[in-house]
Amino acid sequence: MYDVVIVGGGPAGLTAGIYAARSGLKTIILEDKVFGGQIVFSADLENYPGFPEGISGMDIIDKFLEQAKKFDVEISYDGVESIENDISCKRVILKNKSCITTKTVILATGASADKLGCPGEAKFLGKGVSYCATCDGAFFKGKTVAVIGGGDSALEEALYLANLVKKIYLIHRRDQFRAVKILQDRIKKNNKVEIIFDNVVKEILGDKFVKGVLIENVKTKQQSRLDIDGIFIYIGLTPNSKFVSNLIQTDEYGYIIANEEMETNIPGIYAAGDARKKSLRQVVTACADGAIAASNAQKYIEKMKA
Amino acid sequence: MAVEVKLTTDNWEQEVLKSDIPVLVDFWAPWCGPCRMVAPVVSEIAHEYEGKLKVGKLNTDEEPDIAVRYGIMSIPTLMVFKNGEVVDQIIGAAPKEYFTQRLDKIL
Repeated sequence: MYDVVIVGGGPAGLTAGIYAARSGLKTIILEDKVFGGQIVFSADLENYPGFPEGISGMDIIDKFLEQAKKFDVEISYDGVESIENDISCKRVILKNKSCITTKTVILATGASADKLGCPGEAKFLGKGVSYCATCDGAFFKGKTVAVIGGGDSALEEALYLANLVKKIYLIHRRDQFRAVKILQDRIKKNNKVEIIFDNVVKEILGDKFVKGVLIENVKTKQQSRLDIDGIFIYIGLTPNSKFVSNLIQTDEYGYIIANEEMETNIPGIYAAGDARKKSLRQVVTACADGAIAASNAQKYIEKMKA
Repeated sequence: MAVEVKLTTDNWEQEVLKSDIPVLVDFWAPWCGPCRMVAPVVSEIAHEYEGKLKVGKLNTDEEPDIAVRYGIMSIPTLMVFKNGEVVDQIIGAAPKEYFTQRLDKIL
């Protein structure tokens, strides 16, 4: 039996792993997709303390992983199907139908990028539709692209793409951005970026590849077509909590409700990172959640023994 | 022993198109975070399917011609070739079971 099973290998899960294993707990991290989660999509972290020159998402995750391995955290590329709670243990059912028993669970499942849900989006995935500017930006050198969204991610990625492409349409459904001021200032100064407010994407157009996008003004209902070669979508996130929705309390958006000690409604099950209902979702806050969750998992295990 | 083959324009025909067994090609680049993180999964697949499936890596930075030829505009992309034809493609990172289920259908 494990002491701690951590679901999700992003900053929250890896930090929880480091703390748990360092305090002598038998710990495994399960990650079904990509270690690092959303942050590996990021070319440059400017606000993580300790790296004044900035660091890329994947470089920092490499370091997190190295540190976790140093403390003998087990890692595994397995998806979790469901979690069952019993009096003395928890059962983590994997997608490959095997089962792991554990004393505690830390849910560090993060969040996934939302889709537009419009015609053409699925059809042109990998053919001009992208959710990762750092991965795919290079395929659009000297071309025209659209970036959809108005938050920090949308503006950061648009600024990244501006170094590569000829022109960017930055399309947002509201009449102002949600992003922090420093990013808004940089965007407004960038002469490759044309800002289009009050517009939503109705359809992504093309033949074999993306050729254009049909947008609609939410106020005037006027539609227009822009010629583009690529479209990068940053419209928000949905927490990855559906697989535990039968057991764990969430808010109406699916964010897991946990208190300051990262305790969910089930004793011995903790939440950490972007999947948790909270006000600031950053690497640094994910790490903090992970450390607190691991520390409380340890206390819970000690209390079980007593 | 590395079971993954480094693919280039020079060995593409021999290693992929004329391969006796199906070939899984991982299109990647060094600056692509998800590619780097998906690499261990691809590596596990290469070991588990050794003999049944050849696994090759194509760096889209070094070999842009092949990336263009197959219309790669998003990485990581995994393509499966059988008798020189593309029989499946998976765009983006996905759970390992997802890759192996798709592979098991083809192999």
